[in-house]
Amino acid sequence: MNKSSRKVMSFTGGIHPVSAGKKLTNTHAVHTAPLLERYTVLVQENAGKAPEVIIKPGDKVLKYQLLAKASGFVSANLHSPTSGEVAGIIEVPGPMGVPALAIDIRSDGEDRETDPFEPIPDWRSAEPQLLLDRVADAGLVGMGGASFPTRVKLTIPPGKKVDTLILNGAECEPYLSADHRLMLESPCRVLEGAAIIGHILGIDKIYIGIEINKHDAIAELERFSEDYGIKIIPLQVQYPQGSEKQLIHAIVNRVVPPGGLPADVGCVVQNVGTAAAVSDAVTLGIPLVERIVTVSGKVLKDPGNWKLRIGTPVIKAIEFCGGVTDEPSKLILGGPMMGFAQNSYEVPISKNTSGVLLFSRRRALNYRSGSCIRCGRCVQGCPMGLCTCLLATAIEGGRIDLAEQNHVMDCLECGSCAYVCPAHRPLVQTLRLAKAEIRRQRAAAAKANSGK
Amino acid sequence: MSGLIVSALVMGVLALVLGTAIGIFVKFFKVKSDPRVELVLELLPGANCGGCGCAGCADFAKAVASGKLQPNRCPVSSREQVNAIAFALGVDPGEGFARRAVVCCSGDKYQTQMRKFYNGAIDCAAANMIGGGPKGCRYGCIGMGNCAHACPFGAIEVINSLAVVHQELCVGCGKCVTACPRGVIKLVPANSSAHVYCNSPEKGATKRSLCHGGCIGCGKCERAYPDQFTKTGFLASVNYEAEKLPGAEEIEAIKCPTGALASEAGHYESEKNAGKGENK
Repeated sequence: MNKSSRKVMSFTGGIHPVSAGKKLTNTHAVHTAPLLERYTVLVQENAGKAPEVIIKPGDKVLKYQLLAKASGFVSANLHSPTSGEVAGIIEVPGPMGVPALAIDIRSDGEDRETDPFEPIPDWRSAEPQLLLDRVADAGLVGMGGASFPTRVKLTIPPGKKVDTLILNGAECEPYLSADHRLMLESPCRVLEGAAIIGHILGIDKIYIGIEINKHDAIAELERFSEDYGIKIIPLQVQYPQGSEKQLIHAIVNRVVPPGGLPADVGCVVQNVGTAAAVSDAVTLGIPLVERIVTVSGKVLKDPGNWKLRIGTPVIKAIEFCGGVTDEPSKLILGGPMMGFAQNSYEVPISKNTSGVLLFSRRRALNYRSGSCIRCGRCVQGCPMGLCTCLLATAIEGGRIDLAEQNHVMDCLECGSCAYVCPAHRPLVQTLRLAKAEIRRQRAAAAKANSGK
Repeated sequence: MSGLIVSALVMGVLALVLGTAIGIFVKFFKVKSDPRVELVLELLPGANCGGCGCAGCADFAKAVASGKLQPNRCPVSSREQVNAIAFALGVDPGEGFARRAVVCCSGDKYQTQMRKFYNGAIDCAAANMIGGGPKGCRYGCIGMGNCAHACPFGAIEVINSLAVVHQELCVGCGKCVTACPRGVIKLVPANSSAHVYCNSPEKGATKRSLCHGGCIGCGKCERAYPDQFTKTGFLASVNYEAEKLPGAEEIEAIKCPTGALASEAGHYESEKNAGKGENK
């Protein structure tokens, strides 16, 4: 097919953030990080319930050994990134700004492996349930950022029917190029993972959505995609193209109902990183203990993509890049649009850390927010079609009920509105506040109802 | 001429009929209101703050008139006003109940470590959701004034990023306590003179590295007044139930090394003057 004549898909709304940041790292091949002396592995790497720690301080562990066992349905196993001794279960600065429990592993330098799981090279004839159990055992979580346990996402609720699997290779966040490099360097892992997920779900319609600024990755995946029966869909460069609901709209033109899940419109969306991890877990029998992380920012001497083990402190990742040239004033884990600013350089890398970004005082805009001038740019930019400015005004005035009526719960917190706001209003933060309050109220109401 | 008479007659008859109807309605559909409720309502301040635990002053007046609550439950009324209500109803005014709010934190922007950037919404609850806001300590006052906005009496002032309660204005309605996302504000008996201005249960060394004003748990106050002060972990607390709390001068004499234990006046003075020497 002639590339130039292909239709490039997209969704309505959204913005075009400055994307020059990708050039810092997207031509740098992925380096494998050297073995560190110490890893602090966060106990709760997944959304949902924290897993139950099954090792004690003083225990000797091997690489891939189980450290914590999933404690419920929405929970994920945790494995050791290297061999060594468990020095203790300590509190470290967590990625959400509050201290979190972590397992402190002192490496013995030998990196001895325990027997990982039995590889299933012939997965096409394997039972889907067996593969699903493997996904759960290997501690897989969504690697795009939400870290939702993959097993849960692949278990379709009863009564729902899915017919489409969409892989998210959009990587719409500026600066990040981890998924780009993954698709470029190991296209077959991504494709095989996608095919395995399709086999688990019994789906043969599989799409991979990629923004057209990653044309090399599109070409690379298309070389092999025929063999797996997977379609590569080029997408417009537009933020937030990689959001679940926007991706579904762009690729299969279905709209997820408010408060609904992709399964409501027969879709399952997975990140390309998760697909690669699924492929490793099934064909090689390796649990998830490392991931590709973009370590970037103009203040870094040598920004690049690194294969880091979970539990690597951020400061070490910065050291791998040769340190900094200027005093950084802001550290963000994840992308610049949706990532979280950090207070400490000791925060460990977790399964969902897609980027480590450093900004100098000059680049990290220090603004004062003003009043809404009703220009409507946030309304234009909102991918969910919300009137963000009016919602924020209502919330600031204490009318959380009004915000709830006007679908504040549909907000993705993608940050498009705050990015385009000329008055620099903290719109996402205000909406987040209302969402938290509404969730609290709903939980209280549910509790009151169950008591009756 | 006849037109005039007709209209005068019509109006007169109409007035008579309607007047009689009103008279009948008043007689048969009378809403029985307790005059005592209205009396109490007149004597109440009408702030509708909810500090008594009722839905407003009218609700409280009903509760007092029916004997469910004692008049002193109104935190806004002075002793004289409470006595006036009690006298009017002929009931017991109740034991002293007055309370005051106190912000248990001394981490102003000179004492506590401030993080480099905070560009977000000026709202304590919103800041608290982003990694605990702009201050180093995650137990202390955020200093964006949700309590000050919530206070119906204007009793809370934010000085140097720290909320301070003006005791002479505070009535102890407790609105600030619910507005604070951190639970730093406590309601204490109004006659207590000294408070521990720290809320962090963290270890002394950790606390000290984040804030110079926090309680380090040295136990000096507990040794001086074992009945009045208790140390739990690394945080001292005032035993407000104790018989006699030490006065301002005695608090001075304890010489709390960080100034976390202070009298109300002393705490306010130190906040007002904080940083004045450093800026020059």
